[in-house]
Amino acid sequence: MLETPAGTMSLPTTPELPYDWDWLVQEDRAHRVLYTDPNIFQDEMTKIFGAAWVYLAHVSQIPRNDDFVTTRLGLRPIIVLRDSQGTIRALYNRCTHRGSTVCRLDRGSAKAFQCPYHGWTFLNTGKLTGVPWPDGYACDFKDSKFNLAQVPRVDLYRGFVFGTLNPDAPPLLDYLGPVTTPIDEWLDRHPGGRVVVCEANRLKYKGNWKLAYDNSCDGYHVVFSHRSLLAMENRLEADADKGMSFYKSRPDEAPMYCQYLGHGHHFKDKRPNVEKRPGALWEIEAAHPGREYYEDKLRRRLGSKAGRALDLAASEPVNINVFPNLLILGNHVQVIEPLAVDETNLTWYGTAVVDETGELGGAVDDVNALRMRTQEAFPNFGEVDDAANFEQIQRGLAAQEDEWVYMHRGLGVPGRIKVADNGVVTAPATDEVFMREYMKEWKRLMRSRPHLVVRREP
Amino acid sequence: MPAMPQERDPSRVSLYVDDEFYRALVANFSDWQRDEREVTNPAIRDRCQALLYQEARLLDQGQFEKWLTLYTPECLYWVPATPEKGDPRKEVAIAFDDRRRLEDRVYRLRTGYAWSQVPPSRTTRLISNVEVFRADQQATYMVRSTFVINEFRAGETRRLAGWSGHRLAQHDGRWQILVKQINLLDCDQNLRNPSVIL
Repeated sequence: MLETPAGTMSLPTTPELPYDWDWLVQEDRAHRVLYTDPNIFQDEMTKIFGAAWVYLAHVSQIPRNDDFVTTRLGLRPIIVLRDSQGTIRALYNRCTHRGSTVCRLDRGSAKAFQCPYHGWTFLNTGKLTGVPWPDGYACDFKDSKFNLAQVPRVDLYRGFVFGTLNPDAPPLLDYLGPVTTPIDEWLDRHPGGRVVVCEANRLKYKGNWKLAYDNSCDGYHVVFSHRSLLAMENRLEADADKGMSFYKSRPDEAPMYCQYLGHGHHFKDKRPNVEKRPGALWEIEAAHPGREYYEDKLRRRLGSKAGRALDLAASEPVNINVFPNLLILGNHVQVIEPLAVDETNLTWYGTAVVDETGELGGAVDDVNALRMRTQEAFPNFGEVDDAANFEQIQRGLAAQEDEWVYMHRGLGVPGRIKVADNGVVTAPATDEVFMREYMKEWKRLMRSRPHLVVRREP
Repeated sequence: MPAMPQERDPSRVSLYVDDEFYRALVANFSDWQRDEREVTNPAIRDRCQALLYQEARLLDQGQFEKWLTLYTPECLYWVPATPEKGDPRKEVAIAFDDRRRLEDRVYRLRTGYAWSQVPPSRTTRLISNVEVFRADQQATYMVRSTFVINEFRAGETRRLAGWSGHRLAQHDGRWQILVKQINLLDCDQNLRNPSVIL
C-alpha cells in the first residue's frame, strides 16, 4: 500500500531553499556552500538520498531467507532483508509505536523483530504481529498504519540492491542507463559473472559526502594525493611501473579516459593502459603478502591458464561511480554514507571470487587468498591520504569570502571532449568534465520537488 | 644475522605467507588465552612486558626502522576487521602486513608525502594487563595486553583502544615478535584516519 505521509500538508518534506541554484553551480565552478551548508545537506537527504535510486546492499550479504543487514537510506535507518518467503525488502528500522529502532545489530538472521522498548513485534515482512496486552487498546491493530514503513521501490541490478522513495523515479534500469555496461564488464570477468562481498575496510572523514564523489573519477589528483603510494609500490625495482604508474609523465595523453554516463553516473576506464592479454594486469599489481608463493602455486597448477586466475587477484583498473553512493573500483564495492554535512563514512567492501562451475580448476581459494591482500593495499596506503585531503578541503571551505571550487579542467580546450549520440561524454582521464556534468544533475535534482512516499504491508 | 639471498629475503619476496602460514596463524590465534597455560615465571613475564614497552616507546618516538628490528624476518602485523577475526584467506583485514608490506608501511611514512601523516601524529601508548601464555612451540609465548593510544593530530586529541595478542619467541638469541594481532574495540566500525602504526 503506497502512502503519502500524513504530515505532507502541514510539514512539507521538501521546503524550498532560498538559493539561486544557477549561481551556486556554474559551468566552471561550484559554490562552497554545497559542501558546508547544513540546510543543503538536509535537502539532499530528501532530493537525492530519497528521490534518486540509492544503493542499499549486495545480495550476497543476505544469501538466505530471513537474513538481514542494517544500513541507511540517507539518514533513515533501514533493515535490508530477505523475508521468510525470499522477497528482498528495505524496512524502516523504526518502531511504529514510539519510533525506536527495532533492530540493533549490523547483520544477522531473524523471522521477526521485537522492539526492545515496549515489545511490539513485527514479522520480517514489516507486518505487526503482536503488541503486549492489546486489551488496553481500543484501536484495530490490523490497520496497516501500524506495520513498519518500508521503501516502496526496491530493485536489483545483478546483485546490487537499490531503493528509492520516489514513485516518479524512472525504472532502475533506465536510471542506470549506460553505466550498466562497465558494471557488466566488471562482473563478467569473474566466473559465473558474479562476486560476493566480504569484510570491509571502513573509513570515516570529517567532510562532505560529495568530496568522495568528486574524487572517484578524478585522474588529476593521483600523482599528487597518492605520491607516497606510487613511490612505495615502486621502491624495490629500478624502472618499476607498478600500480597506477601510468599516471606519471603525461597522463593527459594516455589512452585511459573518463566518461559521464547520465543521471550523475561517471566512469574512469584505465584498462586501455594495460595490455590486453591474460596476466598483464597481474604484472602491474604491486607487491603484497603471499604474492610469490601463491603465484608460483597457481602457475604450477594452471600452467598457461594461470594468467587469467592471477588477473582476478589483481585490481581491475576501473572506477564505476553510480550516483549518488556506489563506487565500484578495483575489486571493491565502496559505499558512501553521508552522516552530516561534514561527516561521511566510506566503506570499502572487499569482494571474493566464487567458482561454482570449476572454471578456475579448483584454484579459487588461492585466488581469493591473494585477492584479499591486494584489496587491503589502497584503503591502507591510498585512501587515507585522500580522506586527509578531503578533511583539509572541508577546513579550507570554512573561508566564507573565498567562495568557489573550480572544476574547469578541459573546459574550452578544443577537441578534448567528445559527446556521443546517446549523450555519453568522453574526455581524458585527467579532465574534470565528469564533475561539471554530475553537478548539473545535482542542480536539477535540488530544484526538483519530489513527493516521497513509504509503503506498508496491507 | 646471516645474510639472506635476495631471492628468498622476506623483505623483498613473500614466500613464507603460504597455506601452512595461514593455517598455523588461525590455529595459533584461536583459544590461546587459557588459564592452565598462563606463565607465572616472573623472569619470563618481565621479559615479555619489557619487549611490549620497548615497542610502544619506539612507536611513540617515531623510531619505525628500529621498531621493525623487533620483528622476525618472517613476521606478521595483523589488525582484523571484526571482533571474530575471521579467516584472513577469505576476509580482508584492516591491515595484514607481512615483512615486506610492513617495510612498505614505514617507507611510505618516510616519503614525506603520506598526507594522512603530514604532520605526523603524536602518540603516547599505555600498555597494561599483560598476561603471558605458553604456546605449543618451545620458547614461544603468547602475550595478551590491553592498550590505549592517545593520538594528537591536526588540532585534535583522540583515543584508540583495544587489546593485542603478541606471539613472541627467542630468535637469533634475542626475543622478537613473530606476530602481532591488534584488536581495536571499534574494528568493525568506520575509522577516521587509521594511519598510525598500532
